[in-house]
Amino acid sequence: MMASAANRRIRKLSYAKYGYMFILPFFLVYFIFSLYPLIYTFVVSTYRATGTAVDAEMYFVGVENFKDLLFVDSPVRKQFFQAIGNTLILWICNFIPQIALSLLLAVWFTDNRLHVPGKGFFKVVMYMPNIITAASVATLFLSLFGETQYNPVNQLLLSWGWVQEPITFLQTYQIKRGIVSFILAWMWFGNTMVMLMASIMGINPSLFEAAQIDGANSAQVFAHITVPSIRPMLVYVGITSMIGGLQMFDIPYLFNKGTDIDEYTRTIAIYIFERYSGATRDYGRSAAASIILFVITGILGAIVFYINSDKDEMAEKKRRRKEAKKLKGGSGF
Amino acid sequence: MNKKEYKKTYEANKANANYTHLIRFESAIIFILCVLLTLICLLPFVIVVVNATRDHGQISRSVSLIPSTHLIENIKNLSTPEMKRTFDAFVGYKNSAIITISATVLSVFFSALTAYGLCVYDFKLKDAATTFILAVLMVPTQVSGVGFIKFMLAIDLYNNFLPLIIPAIAAPATVFYMRQYIRSSFPLEIVEAARIDGCGELRTFVTIGLPMIKPAIGVQAIFTFIANWNNFYTPSMIITSYQKMTLPMMIKKLSSDRLATDYGKIYCGIAISVVPLIVAYCCLSKYIVAGVALGGVKE
Repeated sequence: MMASAANRRIRKLSYAKYGYMFILPFFLVYFIFSLYPLIYTFVVSTYRATGTAVDAEMYFVGVENFKDLLFVDSPVRKQFFQAIGNTLILWICNFIPQIALSLLLAVWFTDNRLHVPGKGFFKVVMYMPNIITAASVATLFLSLFGETQYNPVNQLLLSWGWVQEPITFLQTYQIKRGIVSFILAWMWFGNTMVMLMASIMGINPSLFEAAQIDGANSAQVFAHITVPSIRPMLVYVGITSMIGGLQMFDIPYLFNKGTDIDEYTRTIAIYIFERYSGATRDYGRSAAASIILFVITGILGAIVFYINSDKDEMAEKKRRRKEAKKLKGGSGF
Repeated sequence: MNKKEYKKTYEANKANANYTHLIRFESAIIFILCVLLTLICLLPFVIVVVNATRDHGQISRSVSLIPSTHLIENIKNLSTPEMKRTFDAFVGYKNSAIITISATVLSVFFSALTAYGLCVYDFKLKDAATTFILAVLMVPTQVSGVGFIKFMLAIDLYNNFLPLIIPAIAAPATVFYMRQYIRSSFPLEIVEAARIDGCGELRTFVTIGLPMIKPAIGVQAIFTFIANWNNFYTPSMIITSYQKMTLPMMIKKLSSDRLATDYGKIYCGIAISVVPLIVAYCCLSKYIVAGVALGGVKE
């Protein structure tokens, strides 16, 4: 009796203020270090710097920056659109082989008819490129694919007699884009594979058994059971990869000799970075480009948000709200 | 057993044998493919580590997978006073460690605190706060770069470690993950029991909450550590002075330094940055792969 009375008293006490206290640091820091800079970027996108100093004076120009980027025919606009194109090309060239390979591997590794020894080892090795510093990875590939006959890949090609002259990997832009896409796929296929595997293992095994009893072959099982069951996961992987792709920076930026970025692998993120950090300090246009990137990401993010949001939870909330309404109405308030 | 029956079982056995053979064949092909992929994944690292032990002449002559004896010499060449102006592994490691460790500790603690607050207490803005965190999950850092850099210039934190550490307190993805964990495996009755025993709320969180969500904290600590350690974008936008550069920035300098023409030195520098990560990965791979898989469970 005593205990339940104490219990009741404790329940009556309001602990709401602790809730606010506990989440306060997060929101404080988020507002100061993320939200404020974001709003500030919006503001800066309507200004232009007077000089190239780090803290140059700015003056108001309205939507001029956006016009420059999107409509006025100028080198600025050309470069911006080329950056968007490059980002898309690099993303598609790395994502399609990556998802195909990951899906195949994930299906094979989760198929319990097959006996592939060392599955665990393969999984661990294939994930490894993902955790290695991108800067080191880019530098590593830069040394492997060097231009001269002294760099490993050219050495091998020459010694096998496949080529007579060392290939200038960095000068030929298709090859360079190919290598950048390869590095990205190489870094990320393990990650995608592990995620897809987890998703496939969540499928009800009786579905596979039923299909097997009905005599379905592996292609049919793949097309009619595996893929439809993991479709939300595939969409999720695709969109998060696309958002990540829009931010693609490290590899294309660092896969360059010296500090000059060539126009064929300059992504949107590099474009923004160069504009505000380089010698130009063109904060205004850089901010405008950021805002455009933000809008694109926002649309994609909304889709992920929808997938992520707990549908059961939303239904539950709706039900509770309805009940609360009923209660209120019933008691005559 | 008459002839007919015998034939039937014989056929069935044959079909079965064929089926097993097919499966074996398929498995063998997949195995070979996996071995190939493993080679592709490992070969670049092997080449780097091996080349770190060879001198410039050897590297220029041919590719080899057999280590040589010039490792000490390469390290010496890499740590000459002139070279240290481009690449100082010690300074790089020190700076990266300061930033990464502080950011990881802050991020994990405050994310757990936020997630706990959102799950354990009932308050008016709870749903709004949760939705907000979900909504900002995907906002990329690049987008607010201009504002961030100008803001840091204004409050005089440019070229300082703080802008790389403090924002770690607000990590939406970590909060999201921990919230999922707490909701699925943290019994709220325990909090009430602690209250009855007269335990303060913060103390309940530290002495009961944190230990109970240790697995989630472990996974998130590993991932936050990796993300911060590998981060190249934010440091290169904030840090300008050489003494404060992180390891990835040093690697970038090393590769773009036109004076560093000695391949042995370059490979050695890359190896110095990569090998400790590989060793750490070998020890933690179980948790890392399991953590990624957890993120992959979606209905």
